[in-house]
Amino acid sequence: MTLDAKIPAGDLAGKWDRYRFDCKLVNPANKKKFTIIVVGTGLAGASAAASLGELGYNVKSFCIQDSPRRAHSIAAQGGINAAKNYANDGDSIFRLFYDTIKGGDFRSREANVYRLAQISNNIIDHCVAQGIPFARDYGGGLAYRSFGGAQVSRTFYAKGQTGQQLLLGAYGALMRQVAKGSVTLYPRREMLDLVLVDGKARGIVVRNLVTGELESHAGHAVILATGGYGNTYFLSTNAMGSNVTATWRAYKKGAFFANPCFTQIHPTCIPVHGEHQSKLTLMSESLRNDGRVWVPKQPGDKRNPADIPESERDYYLERKYPSFGNLVPRDVASRNAKEECDRGKGVGQTGLAVYLDLADAIKSRGKAEIESKYGNLFEMYEKITGENPYEAPMKIYPAVHYTMGGLWVDYNLMTTIPGLFAAGEANFSDHGANRLGASALMQGLCDGYFVIPYTIGGYLASSSLGEASANGPEFSDAMAAISDNIKHLLAINGKQSAISFHRRLGKILWDHCGIARRDDDMKKGLCLIQNLRAEFGNDVRVPGDEADFNQALENAGRVADFLEFAELLVTDALSRRESCGCHLNVDFQTPEHEALRDDENFSHVAAWEYSGRDKEPVLHKEPLVFENVALTRRSYK
Amino acid sequence: MSRTINLTLKVWRQNKANPGGFETYEARSISKDMSFLEMLDVVNEELIVAGKEPIAFDHDCREGICGMCGSVVNGRAHGHMEKTTLCQLHMRHFSDGDTVSIEPWRARAFPVIKDLVVDRSTLDEIIRAGGYVSVNTGGAPDANAMPIPTEMAEKAFNAAACIGCGACVAACPNASAMLFVGAKISHLSILPQGRPEAAKRAWAMVTKMDKLGFGNCSNETECEAECPKGISILEIARMNREFFKAAFF
Repeated sequence: MTLDAKIPAGDLAGKWDRYRFDCKLVNPANKKKFTIIVVGTGLAGASAAASLGELGYNVKSFCIQDSPRRAHSIAAQGGINAAKNYANDGDSIFRLFYDTIKGGDFRSREANVYRLAQISNNIIDHCVAQGIPFARDYGGGLAYRSFGGAQVSRTFYAKGQTGQQLLLGAYGALMRQVAKGSVTLYPRREMLDLVLVDGKARGIVVRNLVTGELESHAGHAVILATGGYGNTYFLSTNAMGSNVTATWRAYKKGAFFANPCFTQIHPTCIPVHGEHQSKLTLMSESLRNDGRVWVPKQPGDKRNPADIPESERDYYLERKYPSFGNLVPRDVASRNAKEECDRGKGVGQTGLAVYLDLADAIKSRGKAEIESKYGNLFEMYEKITGENPYEAPMKIYPAVHYTMGGLWVDYNLMTTIPGLFAAGEANFSDHGANRLGASALMQGLCDGYFVIPYTIGGYLASSSLGEASANGPEFSDAMAAISDNIKHLLAINGKQSAISFHRRLGKILWDHCGIARRDDDMKKGLCLIQNLRAEFGNDVRVPGDEADFNQALENAGRVADFLEFAELLVTDALSRRESCGCHLNVDFQTPEHEALRDDENFSHVAAWEYSGRDKEPVLHKEPLVFENVALTRRSYK
Repeated sequence: MSRTINLTLKVWRQNKANPGGFETYEARSISKDMSFLEMLDVVNEELIVAGKEPIAFDHDCREGICGMCGSVVNGRAHGHMEKTTLCQLHMRHFSDGDTVSIEPWRARAFPVIKDLVVDRSTLDEIIRAGGYVSVNTGGAPDANAMPIPTEMAEKAFNAAACIGCGACVAACPNASAMLFVGAKISHLSILPQGRPEAAKRAWAMVTKMDKLGFGNCSNETECEAECPKGISILEIARMNREFFKAAFF
């Protein structure tokens, strides 16, 4: 099978306009006859469901939480990018496009990224119209700031709770459609399989998490907006419920999985405190705008930070990258933190932390100004660590945060299964090998508000689709298989909890396929994962009943999928014989320890096809063609 | 100073077969750096390995923003620390040997699903009645077309910071949802974008709240004291003003 990204012809700037003109439209009177299933209610899912409802489609919206407002987009702190150029500092759509392509280390599609940059401006307009309380300057205009890796100020924010405010906006829009009757909500439902009829995505099977019943839902198209797979590493900044199950099960039904090894490690998280830690908390990297990252010059220096004089501190990012300093992209900042700690310069109890110091900013601009910008972040830090960041520098360490890989989609955001779309973090499309700060919110809302509503219409208008019915054998077969699977998990009756397996899986991945990757480690990691999966199959213990609210069962199902998916992640990492963005294989680096790309052989998307249980997945390559940017080596020196 | 503590937990257990009651558990060698929910994880893991049903509790982001977690701990919604969700309550604030009671939110409008998990879909119902600006995707004017004074944006933000956890309802002797409703009505009525529908919204949301079985406000201010986001009862005053305006003008 050749992967056709269906990129519209013609010049870059005109592609999306031409696409929209060429796209077939659904007659307004017919829209309500189409049922669209949207799984997930984060920024991408809620905005897609709301916009499709506004257009008149019949939408069914599913989420695993008790309310759509809980989706993990809510935790995004820093901000959302838009090429508004309100700062008059040289920004433009082309610059946002270029920064995103370059930030992703030239492993994303030009056409998708350009569309994202174009639409970024519409998103901000729409969100302001929804009443999102963005920060304002004294003239009443929107406030903006520069953010991780950008030299222009294009990031809009609502204190450190931008994701929350944007999600509540999308949630409000969604609830408005629920009131109108165009969207039906199905909270506390977990999608456990995708159902294909005649090769097309025509529905899903979900488990009602309150009663334990399995339910079939049929539609004319299915959108997965189920987020990323960062929790494969167990410890990540993702919410506890974030999982790979929906996309993994779609993969097993024929959707290709693209670039699973592209996992972003965020440089500024609160360090791990102990073995029972359940998750890691991000400190927004906006702190890097005013904070300075440093370690003691002398390895093993355990003095109080206040007792270490300026001359004995190493502000290593400022030293190594004079033009970007503390604002280097996330992958560069993470890798450097790890290197410093590996040299024994790490601070804190575990030695796995570096300082992020805002003392200079507080001194020069006053505590009040810093508090108004970062007050809630400081409060959060103090709550978790019991230390006051106004008095002592914060300690930070990298943690898994975002996954650029995801289901392979074409320009329409449609997967390799006709009628199955993927939006937001669940797809792979826009961030290449590394995502820039404040771009996730932009992409989620771009996909949901402005892309899918067009592309799905094109699909529905140009396909012949029979009525949506969940009565066919495809649905009953899927239900039976899931039911068997659940019964099997409950019957193993072993000695270990699912979470203990998950914790071990995370450790294997972090140690063997983490920030800096080695072939030997990865190969060993693969064996360890396979062994762990076998052990899980024999020794996991899942108490409780099938027909009940059973969180242990929910979790065991997700861990089983993480165990399978982890193998694909490592396989992909092993097969990419280069370093790019977040993916650093130590065999491929420059003399200065920077990622060394191989554009001749690896300028492609690696899309994996499922080929059956315990069989090697098949690799398909979508070549990346760059017509508008020159491939350069990223340099933040 | 020891870095771990031992606790006795009195936990509300309830399911389809059991109408509910407290059961006692020992939480041993709990690190003071753990969060309250991580402490419950430890207890649950022991229960699972012993083949017993773990304590059901809602949780997700574990960084105090999703609003999914929440229990009444020693009689206080989200525990005794100010402006803190349960997931952000750390064990360093407990002492070795403490007995800790853990109960679900108690309110007629929040029926218990299991153990500490309650059904808060009534809060969604209230938002559905009008907690939004009626604007369709597409066609919005430029984001900077309408200047908004920074103080106004701040005020709106402070109200909009509500995480919808329901602690205000659990803390209120009347199980009133007025802080939740007031926060949304304030957020949108302060901003010019929300003004056109302000009256309709206040009327629809307040009457919906009453229909769903939430109680009235009698100025106990427990909601403000327990709100993990520090939302002020000023928002209730604003809601009342908008509601009266809607009723009389």
